[in-house]
Amino acid sequence: MAGTIVIKNGYVYDPLNEVNGEQQDIFIKDGVVVSELSAADMKDAKIIDATGKTVMPGGVDSHTHIAGAKVNVGRMMRPEDGYKATLAKTDITHSGSGETVPSVYMEGYEYSKMGYTTAFEAAVPPMEARHTHEEMRSIPMLDMGGYLVLGNNWFMMRYLKEGDVDRAAAYVAWMMRTHKTYGIKCVNPGGVENWGWGKNVSSLDEANMHFEISPREIIDGLTEVNEMLGMPMSLHLHANNLGHPGCYETTKESLGISSKTKAKQNMAVDWAETKIDASRDQSVYLTHMQFNAFAGTSWRDFESGVKPLADYINNADHVVIDSGCVPFGEATCMTGDGPSIHDVAVLTGGKWSNTDVELECGSGVCPFTYLKSNPVHSTQWAMGLECLLLIDDPWKTIMTTDSPNGGPFTKYPLVMTWLMSEKFRDQTFSECHKWANDRSTLGGVDREMSLYDLAILTRANTAKTIGMAHRKGSFGIGADGDVTVYDIDPTKIDTREYSDLINKFSTAEYTIKGGEVVCHDGEITMIPDKRTYYTDVSVPDANEKEMLKDVQEWFRYYSHGFNHYPTPEKYLVNPTAIKANMEQ
Amino acid sequence: MAEVILTVNTEIGLKVEADVITPDTFAGKNKSEIEALLVWQGPKQFPISAFFDVEGDAGASAEDTSIVIKGDSARVKRISEKMTAGKITVEGSVSMHVGSQMIGGEILVKGDADSWAGMEMVGGLLHIEGNANDHVGCAYRGKWIGMSGGRIVIDGNANNNLGGGISGGEIIVGGNVGHYTGIRQNGGLIAVKGNAIRAVAAEMTAGTMVVNGTIERFSPGFEYVTNESDLKFDDIECPGEFMKFLGDNAITKRPKGTLYVNQDANMNL
Repeated sequence: MAGTIVIKNGYVYDPLNEVNGEQQDIFIKDGVVVSELSAADMKDAKIIDATGKTVMPGGVDSHTHIAGAKVNVGRMMRPEDGYKATLAKTDITHSGSGETVPSVYMEGYEYSKMGYTTAFEAAVPPMEARHTHEEMRSIPMLDMGGYLVLGNNWFMMRYLKEGDVDRAAAYVAWMMRTHKTYGIKCVNPGGVENWGWGKNVSSLDEANMHFEISPREIIDGLTEVNEMLGMPMSLHLHANNLGHPGCYETTKESLGISSKTKAKQNMAVDWAETKIDASRDQSVYLTHMQFNAFAGTSWRDFESGVKPLADYINNADHVVIDSGCVPFGEATCMTGDGPSIHDVAVLTGGKWSNTDVELECGSGVCPFTYLKSNPVHSTQWAMGLECLLLIDDPWKTIMTTDSPNGGPFTKYPLVMTWLMSEKFRDQTFSECHKWANDRSTLGGVDREMSLYDLAILTRANTAKTIGMAHRKGSFGIGADGDVTVYDIDPTKIDTREYSDLINKFSTAEYTIKGGEVVCHDGEITMIPDKRTYYTDVSVPDANEKEMLKDVQEWFRYYSHGFNHYPTPEKYLVNPTAIKANMEQ
Repeated sequence: MAEVILTVNTEIGLKVEADVITPDTFAGKNKSEIEALLVWQGPKQFPISAFFDVEGDAGASAEDTSIVIKGDSARVKRISEKMTAGKITVEGSVSMHVGSQMIGGEILVKGDADSWAGMEMVGGLLHIEGNANDHVGCAYRGKWIGMSGGRIVIDGNANNNLGGGISGGEIIVGGNVGHYTGIRQNGGLIAVKGNAIRAVAAEMTAGTMVVNGTIERFSPGFEYVTNESDLKFDDIECPGEFMKFLGDNAITKRPKGTLYVNQDANMNL
């Protein structure tokens, strides 16, 4: 029977059910986790013997850049990214190329090889939603969704300035439905709009030039709107001043803004059974904390500002972060934060691309190489790991590289191993610039994460934080039958033998999606069905009507017509709406 | 040194991508194992024996292995890509990417080489007795660092973008060169015995370029410093009277690139 499988006798790590390495069987029927299979079902089920192996829910990436206009700009401006990383076609797979900005098919295969089954695109400019969906539907192996960039949107800024939260909420709801996107992303609020005039904002109280609204007011307003609507995910924040020495103070202040708003996730979905409440607790999800945690006043006295930020987060209960780790080597910096990418491009003196997305946002792309010999890069490597190791509660952290900004997602196995092995960290300290040790606190950290912790950082908490834990990130009854089997025997792990761990994390023995083995020992065995998630949130009709009047009036500032603006469902593979705020 | 002789046994249509033809891949393999190595032709893979007759066994290591290619190999690409040691002798001509990303060892091409010979080469010796096409020792498209070590010798002419982005090593051209020779040069040495067309050493930031013949259109960003005669760079000698320029001022305020131009051949400067 399709999608029916038993993974027998593995060491299971399922943090949402508080299963910590106990030997269990996982039963999946018709693509969904069940408590057991009947004798008749067992006869047809595929059986995988996972004795002596590690079993986790399928990997969930909550912040990655793999689809859309800026990723494609990266591909176009970097032919040199492709020729050394190539993938031949097989009978069921396409060929592909690219190290930091792979072609769409290769992205899906590479994620699947590492045991991932779900990935969310971190930044979808509304006008580029069609393009983003066109790429997402071509990325195989992964369930996907995308976050809509709204922190510099003219309509948002206008409504929030006027204090019209109802219309702001109606606009967000309409935009999510119109562009089939999932959550609110806020990038350098107020600053990117200023960048259209060659300016930025440098503090939370510096008003945007034309909309006269401060970053503080935008963050505050978006957090309020997000919770009013009961969105699956909290506000996803890329703070102001990113990438500038001293920016950690701005970040800390920014996180404080969302502390007064309580998380109020309100989705009409069937929840997989989990022991721990799988609804989200946070009202702000800070992304790529490492890039937001620079201390010092210049590149000369640059140092890690992770410690003070982590201290703040350890004492707060409304924040989840992802790390934005730097695993060294090639990267392609790409973000909606146009001005910060410009600063990177001035540093490198290399290629640079910049886009102004009309009334909505902006973006920039710039190739980057992180060198172990470079003092700042080495410190950034240490900082990324500090983000995950200095915050005590793993349920406040998520492992990412902000792929491909800190490095491509294919280097996750390195990051996971650094987290697990102090020996590996010491080895890297010995290879990189001494600033890594001198300008961060990582050298004094002896914490080594367990497989349970990693399952939180890469599955349970990613799903919980973005509001996908009703079906992803656990083996709760009713969850999607997504499984990773690593050839790691937890009873025999020696974290000093780190290269073995890197290899095992790089190539999952089995990746199972919807109860089907889709990848075995690095070889794609099947192209599974996939879903694209978006949020369908309700608001009072009257609010929507008034809001639409405003939108149509201002549409004359767009370069295209109102009727061409929406992204129809036909752009999505298996469009799956998550209904929110249904009481309206 | 064990010798393996590959003789082209067919008329090659679609170009063959033969990056497996290196002493490194051949090392430790006997005749039949070499025959079974796979090469690409378009979207399909074939054993080497579909295009070459193989004679002899390889040595135990790359150092001990010498490969000789006979017959019409002008449609065989990527010969000796990434080789680290040993020797390859091609009696005829080769297609693109000969010695591309080469690390060590020695390649001798008795005929011509198509584009991208010695692309991003790191070390070793690549000697082309005939002519070479575009992008010799150059950076790949989109990249700014080309050849970083080793030596390329071309007895004949080379076409455009020779030594683009070169950061180390030497390229010596016996004949003439086309456009954009040494564009973005940031190290290493390029010595051209013949003439060059235009944009010589354009956007150069460091390294040394010598042109013994006439430069048809001189790059504008170079500043005359002095005259020097009978140049010598280790074993590379350039006799004659040279004008020394520093540049390219168009790309950096303190350029460290040196461009020597034969005075007699460039009286218009």
